[in-house]
Amino acid sequence: MKELLSGNEAIARGAWEAGVTVACGYPGTPSTEILENVAEHYKDDMYCEWSPNEKVAFEVGVGASLAGARVMVTMKHVGLNVAADPLMTFACMGAVGGFVVVVADDPGMHSSQNEQDTRNFAKFAKIPLLEPSSSAEAKEFVARALEISETFSTPVILRTCTRVSHSRSLVELGERSAPPEVGFKRESSKFVAIPLWARKMRLRVEERSGKLDELVETSDLNRIEWRDRNLGIITSGVCYEYVREVFPNKSVLKLGLGWPLPVEKIEEFSHGVDDLLVVEELDPLIEEHTRALGIPCEGRNCVPGIGELSPGRLMPIRAAMMGREANLPSPVPEAADLPGRPPVLCPGCPHRGTYAALKKFDVAVMGDIGCYSLGTLPPLDKMESLLCMGAAVGMAHGMQKAGEPRKTVGILGDSTFFHSGITGLLDVGYNKGNSTIIVADNRITAMTGHQEHPGSGKTLMGQDTYQANVEDFGRACGIKRTRTVNPYNMSEMVAALKEELEADEPSLIVAKAPCPLHARKLVGPKHTIDASACVGCGACLKIGCPAIEGGGGKPMINQNLCWGCGLCASVCPKNAISESEKAEGAQ
Amino acid sequence: MSDTTSVIMVGVGGQGILLASEVLARAAMQAGFDVKTNEVHGMAQRGGSVMAQVRYGEEVHSPLILEGTATALLSLESIESLRAAHYLKDGGLAVVNTQRVIPVTVSSGAAKYPEDDAERVKKVFPKLKAIDAVAIAGELGNIRAANVVLLGALSLGLDLEMEHWAAALDGAVKPQFRELNQKAFEAGRNL
Ligand code: SF4
Ligand code: SF4
Repeated sequence: MKELLSGNEAIARGAWEAGVTVACGYPGTPSTEILENVAEHYKDDMYCEWSPNEKVAFEVGVGASLAGARVMVTMKHVGLNVAADPLMTFACMGAVGGFVVVVADDPGMHSSQNEQDTRNFAKFAKIPLLEPSSSAEAKEFVARALEISETFSTPVILRTCTRVSHSRSLVELGERSAPPEVGFKRESSKFVAIPLWARKMRLRVEERSGKLDELVETSDLNRIEWRDRNLGIITSGVCYEYVREVFPNKSVLKLGLGWPLPVEKIEEFSHGVDDLLVVEELDPLIEEHTRALGIPCEGRNCVPGIGELSPGRLMPIRAAMMGREANLPSPVPEAADLPGRPPVLCPGCPHRGTYAALKKFDVAVMGDIGCYSLGTLPPLDKMESLLCMGAAVGMAHGMQKAGEPRKTVGILGDSTFFHSGITGLLDVGYNKGNSTIIVADNRITAMTGHQEHPGSGKTLMGQDTYQANVEDFGRACGIKRTRTVNPYNMSEMVAALKEELEADEPSLIVAKAPCPLHARKLVGPKHTIDASACVGCGACLKIGCPAIEGGGGKPMINQNLCWGCGLCASVCPKNAISESEKAEGAQ
Repeated sequence: MSDTTSVIMVGVGGQGILLASEVLARAAMQAGFDVKTNEVHGMAQRGGSVMAQVRYGEEVHSPLILEGTATALLSLESIESLRAAHYLKDGGLAVVNTQRVIPVTVSSGAAKYPEDDAERVKKVFPKLKAIDAVAIAGELGNIRAANVVLLGALSLGLDLEMEHWAAALDGAVKPQFRELNQKAFEAGRNL
């Protein structure tokens, strides 16, 4: 039976069919839906969890693999940076039960802070990497990765990307194969990476690399498709689909194994074609490898290496081969002066109140990753740096210690705090910092689509569980000034900020209110502007609520969009905003 | 592939573009075609411009549409249609919701929403169905069905049978919304 599945749904299915019994990860676009699908469809057969961060998820996976289970760990590309420590040594130790780490790259940065090519990690860790180009391959490659993992005793990376994870295509479904027996067999020289044994592990890595070099020559994952021989194209992942679209009649060497790269196959292919072109997204790994073999090829000189590829971005190459211009249509002139439409905090979002209050103070604000990153855009415009998960805390501390004349503030979400903000806060407490840390605590991982976390009271499998409190961590980290504030209450929020910013010791403000989009209910009654009282000063427009429509004349509140948080009413100097007479329509 | 039908869908995050693309994809699958879709999640869903793409035919390779080749365009918002107009092939059908969703860049005074959006849309798309889908859906009882009204209007421009659309609609929405969505689809189709 065929079903229309996204790449992420197919990967979840692939893990189930391959007899995986442990699946874990941390949410991150575009990887998030893999574990959500495991939980929705397969949790009776598979244990699954959202771990607090990718490093922990990876380590949970390693433990399960050493016990003999088949394991899948999922994350986005930057998540693998967090999990790089266990990855690098587990790569030497080697897997027992099949271990696949699914890493989703985001070329073009649709929803990421940087662009990274995960193939570099495979090269760095000397482990194999598989790259599916469609949902059908995404499903199949999970099983293939697990087989390779067990045969060669190695972790294997499955590299997907936005256009594989979030594209849907048809997939043939199969049955589940029986999971392996579980039972850890002690063998210290294999599993204890002290120098004595780590040196032996290092030698085994080299032996394994030799065997993997043979595998990539013989595996059907790497295949040559002979068509017209005047041009041959080497490609991998979703780029294969673009190549087939733009060059339907040309020969292709499709590398399902993105690492290590074959030598003989590339030589055979290059000998069979007149000209050789490499089409790969982000870094030129295949191209450099091909050139190092002494084989001339076209690549980065004509295929863009920044951002994601598309049929449109390959068209100029085809046109140039025919001695023409590509002549792709560009945006119509009528679209030239359209207003931008950047993402914004939802109407009724509690983070808006936090930023509106913060705007009253001249402080240096170090931000972090989550919905509240949007506080950097006008009109809120109050977050001055964003680096990586949890960095807000350490950066605020470092800036303060450097002597920044303004008081320093770090703002991060609850999920981000549990992910990697706690150790930063411990540093602030331990090393006698003086920053104010704000945890914008909406009790969910909101940006990636509302996933549970250690503070939400539910596990990925739907069980009720202990609810971790940010405040408890604050006190445990030695932050005596730890307090909880309602971000919808402007005066309370401003008063708390004033006190904490003036105090000569570090503080933690937990701005706590659940994400209304997740709760799926209005914060309060919808609001409306009394046009006779409104003087058109525009103060309410400065909080950037999408429900308040302005841009000429007096602002109006769109009743279909308002979530009734009341923040606009508290910033209106003329008290012109109040609850609507009749609350129409639920959200 | 020249026998491939490509539909580009645009709008504002939260308007229901994902459901629209899912229904079309399912209808094409019902009709026995190979199908690929693409959509963007994450940051882009917080009220920003969003795009989804659906392609079907004998054998579909790329999930992304080549500029200038889309068979049809469906826009859930007035000016968003203009941003994506260059994806549509010459003479392609454009189904455009007349609803304006005001971006914060306009509310904050940093930019202007064009007054002449309707004229621009008319000029750019010679084969246009401009529809006040929110009003139609509102009459049917729920403005959230505006996306399905537009889908109904789009359906006449595509080579899929009513039975495939009906099955796709039933498969994509929760039972309690089935009747509403069937009505919304028919309303769009009968315009
Ligand atoms: S999803 Fe929740 S936290 Fe994120 S912007 Fe919307 S209301 Fe705020
Ligand atoms: S009450 Fe005001 S600020 Fe809150 S959602 Fe409604 S319009 Fe926006």
